[in-house]
Amino acid sequence: MAETTGSMIEALSLVPKAEAVQSMKDFKSDQEVRWCPGCGDYAILAAVQGFMPELGLAKENIVFVSGIGCSSRFPYYMNTYGMHSIHGRAPAIATGLASSRRDLSVWVVTGDGDALSIGGNHLIHALRRNVNLKILLFNNRIYGLTKGQYSPTSEVGKITKSTPMGSLDAPFNPVSLAIGAEASFVARTVDSDRKHLTEVLRQAAAHPGTALVEIYQNCNIFNDGAFEALKDKQRAQEAVIRLEHGQPIRFGAENEKGVVRDRATGDLKVVTVTPENASDVLVHDAHAASPTTAFALSRLADPDTLHHTPIGVLRSVDRPVYDTLMSDQLEAAIEEKGKGDLAALLAGNDTWTVVG
Amino acid sequence: MTSQVSSTAEGAAPADPPAKEVRRLDRVIIRFAGDSGDGMQLTGDRFTSETASFGNDLSTLPNFPAEIRAPAGTLPGVSSFQLHFADHDILTPGDAPNVLVAMNPAALKANIADVPHGAEIIVNTDEFTKRPMAKVGYDASPLEDGSLDAYNVHPVPLTTLTIEALKDYGLSRKEAERSKNMFALGLLSWMYHRPTESTEAFLRKKFAKKPQIAEANVAAFRAGWNFGETTEDFAVSYEVAPATSAFPPGTYRNISGNLALSYGLIAASRQADLPLYLGSYPITPASDILHELSKHKNFGVRTFQAEDEIAGIGAALGAAFGGALAVTTTSGPGVALKSEAIGLAVSLELPLLIVDIQRGGPSTGLPTKTEQADLLQAMYGRNGEAPVPIVAPRTPADCFDAAIDAARIALIYRTPVFLLSDGYLANGSEPWRVPDTDELPDLRVQFASGPNHELADGTEVFWPYKRDPHTLARPWAVPGTPGLEHRIGGIEKQDGTGNISYDPANHDFMVRTRQAKVDGIAVPDVEVDDPSGEARTLVLGWGSTYGPVTAAVRRVRAEGERVAQAHLRHLNPFPGNLGEVLARYDKVVVPEMNLGQLATLLRARYLTDIRSYTQVSGMPFKAEQLATVLKEAIHHG
Repeated sequence: MAETTGSMIEALSLVPKAEAVQSMKDFKSDQEVRWCPGCGDYAILAAVQGFMPELGLAKENIVFVSGIGCSSRFPYYMNTYGMHSIHGRAPAIATGLASSRRDLSVWVVTGDGDALSIGGNHLIHALRRNVNLKILLFNNRIYGLTKGQYSPTSEVGKITKSTPMGSLDAPFNPVSLAIGAEASFVARTVDSDRKHLTEVLRQAAAHPGTALVEIYQNCNIFNDGAFEALKDKQRAQEAVIRLEHGQPIRFGAENEKGVVRDRATGDLKVVTVTPENASDVLVHDAHAASPTTAFALSRLADPDTLHHTPIGVLRSVDRPVYDTLMSDQLEAAIEEKGKGDLAALLAGNDTWTVVG
Repeated sequence: MTSQVSSTAEGAAPADPPAKEVRRLDRVIIRFAGDSGDGMQLTGDRFTSETASFGNDLSTLPNFPAEIRAPAGTLPGVSSFQLHFADHDILTPGDAPNVLVAMNPAALKANIADVPHGAEIIVNTDEFTKRPMAKVGYDASPLEDGSLDAYNVHPVPLTTLTIEALKDYGLSRKEAERSKNMFALGLLSWMYHRPTESTEAFLRKKFAKKPQIAEANVAAFRAGWNFGETTEDFAVSYEVAPATSAFPPGTYRNISGNLALSYGLIAASRQADLPLYLGSYPITPASDILHELSKHKNFGVRTFQAEDEIAGIGAALGAAFGGALAVTTTSGPGVALKSEAIGLAVSLELPLLIVDIQRGGPSTGLPTKTEQADLLQAMYGRNGEAPVPIVAPRTPADCFDAAIDAARIALIYRTPVFLLSDGYLANGSEPWRVPDTDELPDLRVQFASGPNHELADGTEVFWPYKRDPHTLARPWAVPGTPGLEHRIGGIEKQDGTGNISYDPANHDFMVRTRQAKVDGIAVPDVEVDDPSGEARTLVLGWGSTYGPVTAAVRRVRAEGERVAQAHLRHLNPFPGNLGEVLARYDKVVVPEMNLGQLATLLRARYLTDIRSYTQVSGMPFKAEQLATVLKEAIHHG
């Protein structure tokens, strides 16, 4: 998991490089951060600001675009170009920016309500198109900014102000949704694991095309402890499945659990690894052409207890990038027809002349 | 000007001379009508093209159902194309056709009410059999029951003649039958002495991959021409001389509103030296702009077909942030969906063109018919105080200039701008003097390149909302510019710094400043046309009513009446002299294809008594109808 610099910059090859070495403070804006004390967003902000210098990009060529919600205040705190837009529309706005300016590194910051409820349509279409965007989806499984209604990722039966008798609708699994929407890069990480979060950001940045990174983020006001099963050291050993490309998928306090394929159904299941079945343990292949196994991995997690939640890069495959294709068409058109001649266009083929 | 009244189209009974008689007309209105699948729009387009290249002035009105193939032979499935051409300048597609080509009983039934007695009707007799007639409620054949006695009917077995003409082309009966529209076109081309080369070239190009079909269509077209030449039923042909004196010298072409608008956008992009970016979702009657711009990628035009209307404007706004000349195209329902994003554009103060090709509403309404009922939506249809300038073209060709004007306002004032066209302008066409590209306005803008403000301690900083004192526009600092990194958003911003601000006084100031910026946009004074200088009645129009209003004004003036005319291109802000102009007249008539939206704005703004005359039939006004309205206003009340 250490294929950084050099080759990673391929995805950003058109983005100018910074002239001098950057540090984290270069990416801090002068704005006071206004999230609630203890919010998981602080950790994510620090991780992103800490990671950015590693990319070595001219910061004027970096843009953060967000929608509406707590997470969407993010751009104000980054000393880059930024737009805090309207609810759910950031992927669409970022698509226009990224597809017209290939010299920019464009990041979208969104939340579970912003990306999966009001903006669900834009999210799936951005993923399908494979625009060169890095989408950071802060999932806290609750609506924070509107003060605590259940969200499209909340577990069924969630008691909130808008659902005093419990929520009725089944949640989205954002990773499953993204894989279903033809995403070429899908990863999941956790706000409190700075090292893991940074590594996932690194791989996302290096990916040409749309990268979706789901970040489990604690809302300590309205949904505190939502990811405790994944954060508590003891419990996490049983709950978290850390995926690393090329490595057998094993976890547990003694590394005694493994993911194998059920021969009868073809589905994946968790087993206790024994000398007999050790060779059956699935080796994670994030680059597999087919999304089937990545999808099956995403379904291992129990939506209520979060047991067997895979984190890391589930899928990372090369697919033509929309903005590149769009530019290629412009070049092909010029090659074929020559650079546009306005006078010839306006005149067309069917004219007549009136003489005075 | 009396030329709106046809002088010789009907009249003297034809003698039967051995050589065919040729009569001169000053103008003709032809309507081609048939089933949706009969190719009437193509036939009309070709006749228009022949007419344009002949040098007549012309105006067209395509009229078709929203269904792609409505049930064959039914009244709702009738598609028509009306063309008015003349040896002088004309303004409308004409009130009533002199010639109706009816390809089937439904086409006859749906259109006969518009055809004045004495007009010529060419019918395809092959379709006047029991079932097709019964389908539209003809118990007896109208060709035989005397109901058409007041017309000059030419019964022509178009289908049979076409199949006969194509019998050596190895086509199935069905394939051959499809060319009957070209037979009809050939016949009409003979009747009106149209040049034929361009149609033959067109057919060969259109069917380049199917040469057999191409040659069959050319043969049907020629057979129609020859039929006119030889058959005794068509004893007279007509000449309409080129409208040489109607046009200033120059190179001309025929152009539809949507095409002119597309070209205006490309020209604006070139004049601004900014790449054009279109974010759009297909919607009738705006889709043709998306199609057209998609053809011109060699001009650096990027077209993005979005997942929905909101993403269309969203992508355009993103591109605007990146420094593109950004456009979204749509119709009324799409504007409704884009409203929130338009509000964001108002708040971000970025240049953006919102092209609304208005159609009948509310809701899905009448997708293929015209209306002007989005004016108040464009003006007020957003949350909060969100002023947006509005520009409206007046004729199909004028869509070119209006697009450039809208781009000018957007770029100078850093604001979203509405361009309000409509279905009638979009699909209608007229001759257009091709502009010399050197005459186009310079639209270049200066991106911000460095700090624009000095803090008390002497530090040089960039303030994204520090305004130009004259235009009140804020700087356009595009990503990639070092040192100008800044964040903008839909939350209220502090004056100058652009930082989030919830301060009450600041919000009040910012709301008033955004309004003042739009109110202060420089638009030319409205010009009043009043040859007598003594008119007491003013007719004021906007948008596509220009043609019928002007034609009506000519009629009533020809009858010795005095009436002044003015037409608005800028609906927001209004021209500075408009209040004074309105006050000058005893009576102000405002015809609109809505229920009085401009009238409402004028009354509220100028406290003027407006006589609102409205129509929401999905069709443009007729000149005669408006002439009557004007005469009534002049003489009564």
